[in-house]
Amino acid sequence: MANGTIAKKLPSADQILEPSPFQLMMRRVLGHAGMTFGGGVLILIFAAALFAPILSPHDPYTQDLTKRFLDPVWGATGSWEHPLGTDKFGRDYLSRMMFGARTSLLIGFSAMLISGILGTALGVAAGYFGGRVDIVITFIITTRLAMPVILVALVVVALIGSSLTIVIWVLGLLIWDRFAVVMRAATQQARNMDYVAAAKALGCSTFRIVLTEIMPNVANALIVVATLEVAHAIFLEASLSFLGLGVQPPTPSWGLMVSEGKGMMFFKAWVIAIPGTALFMLMLCINLLGDGIRDVTAPENRN
Amino acid sequence: MSNVIIQATDVTKTFMISGGFFQGKRPLHAVNGVDLTVNQGDVVALVGESGCGKTTLARMILGLEPLTSGSVEVDSKPLSGQNRLDVAKLLQPIFQDPYSSLNPRKSIGSIITLPLKVQGDQNPDTWRRRAEEMMELVGLPRRVFQNYPSQLSGGQRQRVAIARALINRPRVVICDEPTSALDVSVQSQILNLLQDLRSELNLTYVIISHNLAVVEHIATKVAVMYLGRIVEEADTETLFTKPQHPYTEALLSSVLTPDPNLDVPDTHLGAAYPNPVEPPSGCTFHPRCAKVMDHCSTRSPKAIPTSEGSVECHLYDKAQGAAA
Repeated sequence: MANGTIAKKLPSADQILEPSPFQLMMRRVLGHAGMTFGGGVLILIFAAALFAPILSPHDPYTQDLTKRFLDPVWGATGSWEHPLGTDKFGRDYLSRMMFGARTSLLIGFSAMLISGILGTALGVAAGYFGGRVDIVITFIITTRLAMPVILVALVVVALIGSSLTIVIWVLGLLIWDRFAVVMRAATQQARNMDYVAAAKALGCSTFRIVLTEIMPNVANALIVVATLEVAHAIFLEASLSFLGLGVQPPTPSWGLMVSEGKGMMFFKAWVIAIPGTALFMLMLCINLLGDGIRDVTAPENRN
Repeated sequence: MSNVIIQATDVTKTFMISGGFFQGKRPLHAVNGVDLTVNQGDVVALVGESGCGKTTLARMILGLEPLTSGSVEVDSKPLSGQNRLDVAKLLQPIFQDPYSSLNPRKSIGSIITLPLKVQGDQNPDTWRRRAEEMMELVGLPRRVFQNYPSQLSGGQRQRVAIARALINRPRVVICDEPTSALDVSVQSQILNLLQDLRSELNLTYVIISHNLAVVEHIATKVAVMYLGRIVEEADTETLFTKPQHPYTEALLSSVLTPDPNLDVPDTHLGAAYPNPVEPPSGCTFHPRCAKVMDHCSTRSPKAIPTSEGSVECHLYDKAQGAAA
């Protein structure tokens, strides 16, 4: 009897083993202030963008010229009907911000995916095979680095017209350089490890070696570059839209909203301040998240 | 009586080293015309200083490094042109550093079962059981199956590497300094494990080592390498009791003794290992040799068969000596 009750209270050997890798990871994530903050705000922005049709108080395209340039709630003419005011056509600013987040995030992640696949393939090939492959790919990377992104993007968009799809492809095909450079260096380091030689001696195919021996060991750097490139693409889209060659009106985009508001900068500063702050916060949070992922997943930081 | 399992004939590896911006590339003969025969059941040790080509030779036998010239036959079939999966079933390496030979992102279980997966083994449901049997054989607790290499000690990691090499029951294991990255106390455990496995699984070893005590303990045959050539080859007992090549003598006298009153032994070798890009003329060992003769610097010695192996030195070449 007594033995039975004690045995029930004590956890079995399996239960007192170390916490699972997932639990350890969560502990480190929550202990990292920057990552928690960045990730939290990003989740909010994501949710706002994803549920914009449900959450937004007004239609982002409906114009009402009697309600032009209403202040946000804290301003003189502000009211809760338009919490962030209205733009020069009387469109609800909050709704446009939420739909604009969709544009920014869509462009950021799509351009990152395109450039990530391209840059990683080139970088891993250059790093793994070395020799002539490396010389050719390094030349391509150098050529790409010699081209000013904004200028090339402007020329292409001006020549073949601008739409969301074209902006995504132009950015995706232009910003793969950092992926390629970082992946090349990381792969060079990993390919000389003995575990790659061991896999070769086991008869693994090159494809399997790259996929299961090299990639998991360079994934850390890949994730960090990917977050940085999302921010980079969003920044470039905002710049292109500001210059009038990105997303075309009336599609809401944060960069375009800054551009459209610049005439009123000295009279209604919030017209620029709101999308500008949002861009700043998005970029900051993506970078915080990237730094956090690097800190949390680095094998040397297992404390 | 004994069948040959590895036959290396006149194996050469030349690396092209860039000599600087304006100088172009220069050849470095890492391995220079080596013949090596390994019989089934042998434990052949390759010894020599750092940079003498031991590891390059081992990598060429494993097929990890293409040969510049010469040929390697494994089980009487040329290595080049053979299916890499077939070679993998015959030959497996154990590397020096168990910290870099295990992928830090893979669990111990997936590292040990990888050879089965790569060979397309038909019974995936038996993999775990077979891996656990192998782990037991090499002295690893079963509970580490789910762990990652970073959670194991150096000795345990080396046991994982051994389990990975042996799970497909290869016939030859090539160990590149299997103990030099380990603690002294763990070294003997791993060596004893290798010896037990040898008799249990009927293995043939090629062992590369700096440590002559290890070699004397485990090897049946020793090949001494110097600057890309095998300068002396003999069975272990003969080599340790009656070394013939002056370099072998020097190596044997370089072993440190635990007696603190004795000084660091004098090997007569001097400090300088010759630059392998510009090897000395004639016998490459002549600048450091204690028994150097006049013609050593002009003529390359030939391999001279001895009762137990071969030696490459003018001291034992009667004809050359007489001619000079």
